[in-house]
This record gives sequence, C-alpha cells and structure tokens, in this order.
Amino acid sequence: MKSLLDWIDHRTGIRSLTREALFENIPGGSRWRYVWGSTLTFTIFVQFVTGVFLWMGYSASSGDAWESINYIQNEMTGGWMLRGIHHWTAQLMPVLLLLHLMQVVIDGAYKAPREVNYWFGVLLLLLVLALSLTGYLLPWDQKGFWATRVATNLMNLVPFAGPDMQKLVVGGTEYGHHTLTRFFALHAGVLPGLLVLLIVGHIYLFRRHGITPAEPLIKRGACFWPDQVFKDVVACLAVTIAVLGIVLWYHGAHLGAPADPSEPFSAARPDWYFLFLFQFLKLPFFAGENEVWGAIYIPGMAVGLICLMPFIGRWNLGHVFNIGIIFVFLGGAGALTYLAKREDVAGPNSAKYLKAVLDDARDAHRVTALAKARGIESTALSLLKDDPKTQGARLFAQHCASCHRYDGHDGLAVELAKAVQVDDLEERTGMTSLFFSGDAVHPDWLARQSSTNEWQTVQSLLQAKAKGPFDVIASTKPKDAPEAPDLKGFATRQWIRDLLDPDKYISARYFGGTAHKDGDMYKKFLNRKVRKYDTEDHIMLDAIAVALSAQAKLPGQAADDQSDAVLIRKGIAYLEDDIGCIDCHAFGEPDPDADGPDLTGYGSREWIVDFVKNPEHEKFYPDNNDRMPAFGVKKILTDKEIGLIADWLRGDYFKLPADAQGH
Amino acid sequence: MASEETESPEAFGERRGFIKFFCAFIGTLISLMPFGAGIWAYLHPLAKREGGGGFIKVTTLDAIPADGSPAKFTVVADKVDAWNRFTDVSIGAVYLRLVDGLPKALHTVCPHLGCFIDYRPVNNDFFCPCHNSNFKLDGSLSNGVSPRAMDALQIDVRNKTEVWVKFQNFQPGHSHAVPVL
Repeated sequence: MKSLLDWIDHRTGIRSLTREALFENIPGGSRWRYVWGSTLTFTIFVQFVTGVFLWMGYSASSGDAWESINYIQNEMTGGWMLRGIHHWTAQLMPVLLLLHLMQVVIDGAYKAPREVNYWFGVLLLLLVLALSLTGYLLPWDQKGFWATRVATNLMNLVPFAGPDMQKLVVGGTEYGHHTLTRFFALHAGVLPGLLVLLIVGHIYLFRRHGITPAEPLIKRGACFWPDQVFKDVVACLAVTIAVLGIVLWYHGAHLGAPADPSEPFSAARPDWYFLFLFQFLKLPFFAGENEVWGAIYIPGMAVGLICLMPFIGRWNLGHVFNIGIIFVFLGGAGALTYLAKREDVAGPNSAKYLKAVLDDARDAHRVTALAKARGIESTALSLLKDDPKTQGARLFAQHCASCHRYDGHDGLAVELAKAVQVDDLEERTGMTSLFFSGDAVHPDWLARQSSTNEWQTVQSLLQAKAKGPFDVIASTKPKDAPEAPDLKGFATRQWIRDLLDPDKYISARYFGGTAHKDGDMYKKFLNRKVRKYDTEDHIMLDAIAVALSAQAKLPGQAADDQSDAVLIRKGIAYLEDDIGCIDCHAFGEPDPDADGPDLTGYGSREWIVDFVKNPEHEKFYPDNNDRMPAFGVKKILTDKEIGLIADWLRGDYFKLPADAQGH
Repeated sequence: MASEETESPEAFGERRGFIKFFCAFIGTLISLMPFGAGIWAYLHPLAKREGGGGFIKVTTLDAIPADGSPAKFTVVADKVDAWNRFTDVSIGAVYLRLVDGLPKALHTVCPHLGCFIDYRPVNNDFFCPCHNSNFKLDGSLSNGVSPRAMDALQIDVRNKTEVWVKFQNFQPGHSHAVPVL
C-alpha cells in the first residue's frame, strides 16, 4: 500500500497537497462559527450529485417537464427521496448563505487583503440565488410557471435592452420549450460551471490569506485537521439530518398542477427567500413607473453596498456600520417576508389565495392519479382538460353557476375534512394554522352544520357559536342567489324524490327561482294531487322516482338499478298508468302534445347533452323554457364541452378509490 | 545554424514579439470561436418575429353575461412552440363584457408584471393577486400599482353573433402598451 502511495505521490505530489489542505493553522482554535463555509460546500456537493441523478430522469420541454418530474416523484423507485433532498437542500442553502455572510461581516473577514475573496463570496451568493430561481421553473407547474413569468417580466424594466434580454432568457416571446431548455442549461450547466470556478477561487484565496480569527482569541491555535473538520462534519451531519427529516415528513417535495397559461393561479409566489423582494415591490412608492427602482435599482444598490463593505470597513466606525447594515437588511427582509405571508393568509384577498393553493393541490392530486392509472398519451395538461371531474366543474362554474348551483356552490369548491367540531374550526381559522398548516380554513369560506343544507360563512357560524359538526368548503358565497335547480346528484333517486316533494319543488333548491314554480307540474300535479297522497300513493311515487332515475343509467347507481329491476318495472307502470305522468310528458316514444320534458332516458348523457344544447327543443320546453340559453345551438359551448359537463354531473369519470367512497 | 548565429538581437526580439502576439491574438480568437457559434445561435429569438396578433374567434355574443359583468374566455388557436405545432390549444384568455350591447375585450395578463388578473364579483372590479394592481370594470386604473390600464383588445363581431378578438400580448411594466413581437 505504501509503495503504491509512494508511486502516486511521486507522480502527483498528493501527500504535500493533502498536508497543505489538512494542516492549516487556525489561530484561536477551531470554532463552531467557522462551519458555515463547509456546510455550504457540502450542500453544493449534495446538489451537484442529486442534480445529476435528477438530470437522468428529467426532460426539458413544455410537454415533458412536468410529466418527467411527476414520474420521478411518484413512479421512480426512490425518486421522491432524490427530488426531496435536492429541493429541501435548496431551501436550506439561503439560510446557510446568510449565516456565512453574517459570520464574515461580523468577524471582519472582508477586510484587506481578503476583499477579492469576499467579492467571490458575494458572487457565489448571487449564483446560488440564480440557481434557485432557474430551478423553480423546471417542474413546469402552475406555481413555478406564473412566479417565473413575473421574474422574467421584471427584466423588461431594464432600460434600453430589457425587452431583448427577456426574449433571450425566455427563448422567444412566449414561454415554451426554449424557456425550459434555456433555464435548464443555465441551471445545470452555466451556473454550476461558474459556481465551481468561483468556489475554487474562493477556497484558494481563503487558504492564501488564512482564516480571520474571531476576536478575542480564547484558545491556542489548532489545526484544521482534525479539530475544525470535526466541527464541520458535525454541522454537515446536522444539515443532513434536517434535510432528511423534512424529506421524510413531506415524502419528497411538492409538485403543483401542470402549467396552464389560460388558467389563473392566484397563489403565484416566488420561493420564500424571495418573498421580501416580492413584498418590497408592493410598497406604494414603487407603484406605476417607479417600479424599476424597487425591482432593479434599489436591490442593485443593496448588493453594491454589500460589495463596498471592505472599503467602508476601513473607516473608524465602518465595521460597526457594516454590521449594522447587515442587521438592517436582515430585519427589513424578515419583516417584509412576514408581511408577505400575513397578507396572503389574512389579507383582504386571502380567501382567494388559500383557495388557489387548495385548487392547485386538488388538480395536482387528480392529474397524478390520472397519469398513474391511464398513462399520459400527449401531455398531463390534456389529461386535466379532458377530465370531466376537473373540466366539467370549471365549465359549470363559468357557464351554469350564475343560475344553477352544485350543492350550494359554483362547482369548484374544495371540500375540507368533514365533521369539523367548533373548537377545531376556530383553531383552523387562527393565525398559526393559516401560517403553518395545510388545513387552514378561511373565515370567509362556507360551512354548514352537517344536518342542514344552508351554507353560511365560517365566521358567522363561529360568531353565532353554532355547534358542530360542520361541513366546510373552500368557497365564498356566490354574489347572486340561485335562480335554477341545484344539480348536485341530478337524476339520482334522492334528487327525483325531492323533486316530487311539493315543498321542495318550489324551494330555491329546485324551481323556486324559475317560472316553473307556477307551471302545471306544481299547480296541477304536486300541489293539487301529491299533497293529498296517502301512503300507498307515496309508495307508487317513490317507485316512479326509482324508475325514472334508472333511465339515467348513472354509473354510481348501476348496482342498485340492477338489484331493483322489479321495482323499476313497477315504477314504469305507475308512471305510465296509475299516476299518469305521460299525460304531460313523453315516455318511450315521442309525443308532440306533451308539455313537459321527455322522460325517455331522463338524466342520461344523451338527454343532458341534448337539453343543454337546446332546452327549447320540442323534446323539452318548446314553449315554456325559462331563461336557459341554448348552449349548443348558439355555439356558446362546443359538443365536447357540453359532454364534459354532462359526464361531471353524472359522476361519469375516472374515480380514485377515495372518490368512489365519497360518492 | 549559420543564420541563427548571424541574427541580430533586434531581429530576434522582433521575431519573439511576433510569436507572442501571434499566440495571444490567435489564442484569443480560437478560444472565442465556440462562444461565437454559441452566442450566434443563442441570439436566435431576437431574429425571430412572433407575436401573432390576428383575429381569433373566441365565443358568441350569447355567451357574454347580459348583465354587463365580465366573463373569462379562453383563446384557442394553433400554436407553434419551437419544433412542435399544436392545433387548437389555449394560448391565453380574455375578459369579455357587454357595454350597451357591444362586446369589449380586455387582456387577462396584468400590465404590471404579467400575472393573471382576477375578476372580483363582490367588488365588481379587476384585481391582480400578485402585487395588488386594481382596475375598474372598464380596465382603467383603480390604484397606481400598474403603470397602465388593462390592455384592451380589438374586437370584431362577425356573422352577427361571433366574437373575434385580435389577440396579442403586450410588454408589461411600461406606461404605454408595446406589442410583444
């Protein structure tokens, strides 16, 4: 062994190099405050290694980036761990950088002859931040997409060359393949290359000038090896444990829903260490055309001031001034970060912000499950766009919810965990929960006591000291009262049973807001006849509800429809003969004299699609349609869009095991 | 050998000088060669003109709320993204509303820094969730955060009901609307 080492040493001089590296004298002995440089070197090493392995699974194009990251996170063996380590180490690096910078400034390690080394350090800090910024976009999720758009739009403000610079960084005028390829080249090539060069220079200069001992020297000098190395290793171990702990806790790192330029995202925020700059831009002084000051000039001057510290430090009180500046920056950034967070979770628009976070999580969960179950034929975004559960609800909210409701909301509410007790609800609207918990409840959202149908704001329920349990949904109260039926559970047995209840028929949940409340169905049948029904009649009416509901062939009721075949046959007989629904409705064959909607295939996909296309068709309401637009005839919605709404209403979409339980 | 012996010190120095210059000049030049090639290709987006700006059919008059409140409509068109051509994909969105029965179109992208502007039904105004830019229903400024009002887009009603919008993007951050080309 020794002869092998001799042979290598003779040709490389490795022994003297190792000696020089390890046996550097540290005046005043090893100290914990010197560990930050080593922890940073370690984290950069971790990022390089995990980054290269991530590279092996990543594809930088707008149709593949999210998809490949989703595969790494959710399909690849150990992928979540790999991505988690890379993500959370990156989250920790700004903290370590700050601690390192503070130690350097407080100990005066920027002073002559170490100015150049100090500037290398500042450049390294900026490079790491640039790596974070470029890395944020690479998953191509809604969060990274919209936040990075803001960051690149800021380049527009640079005088003269701004728009061209932005075009070069973005790779064109629109975000797309070349934005990702360029950001990825920066993230995995250019910036790490520069980082290595600067680190080599940084460590070389650090060794050339030696450590700046923290005054006063309390101990005698010691060697780098093993005294300081021991402390460095312990600190790196602590970093590793912290990162692994968080990775295990979160099972990797968050991946939002795929980027969609046509879908708003009200929670577009930069990563937490840029939040202070984000909030800084909101200061009234930077409104309008003064923005360039907040975005470029003042941050530029702050970095300039940090770079000038070696010269400022030469003056009598310069060093104290520098330390003061660092703490002012730190305090300012901390306060702005806090304000940014507080505004998001408790400001005037926080209901939308928190809802957007939940929407994103819901869509991400959905598309990941779809990708897993069905595979991705083209893009993950198209999976979402063709998914009735996602897109049907969006289309309903946009085109139907101004008159209709879906369980009292616009179709897009996110259900929170059920059966929330009052104490729990109070806690979840509190500041701590809003800041630190993923299950925060905004006071403006809607809640109802589980036994009732009436949604109220969470705040009003809490003020009224109402007793739970509550259902809670992330949705604020729609501006206008509903004018048309609530379509949750449309054509299910219960929905039709309630429809045939005279009081419910004229309630706001059904036709209370429409002209149909004065129509023959209510006046001549429900009010005049059904109110006088005896038990036997009600049994017949219930059988009709079951039979009519079977016409819909709802996937969620298939088993019941099969087992109740006899009852359904009876129900049809009652419908045709005993109760006489066909006096006004067509059933089984067209009836040109019918006044009410055709009951053949009532609630089926075809029935709903035809109805939405043209409610004034002779099959439905040729003479007495009340305000419902002919969405198909007037080309407001395409056939595909109407189909998505129908499938969503019918619950006819891919169901996850959890969904199946819920419906 | 003989010539070396006869070479004067000045000539020798001159020749050394030339060699040094040659090394430095040519060395720099050939080192810049790969950067030159790379930067030339990197500048490609500056040479490329995109921008679109043609009229695109967005919806029909019946789909715009009759009560004058704005509704968001996705703009669907063919899109070229570097090596891919996509047919009928969403390339952005517009807010449409009826003013005296005529449709008006506003871009959904905030002229401040490019976030997606929200319509707030409760306040009946537009609001950007990023830096709190606030606009009135007609797109004009409510607060001074954004340097200009929301970008209005040209509109054309064809065949009596079809709403066509001249969809184009504008550079954010400036007091006047500069189309992105």
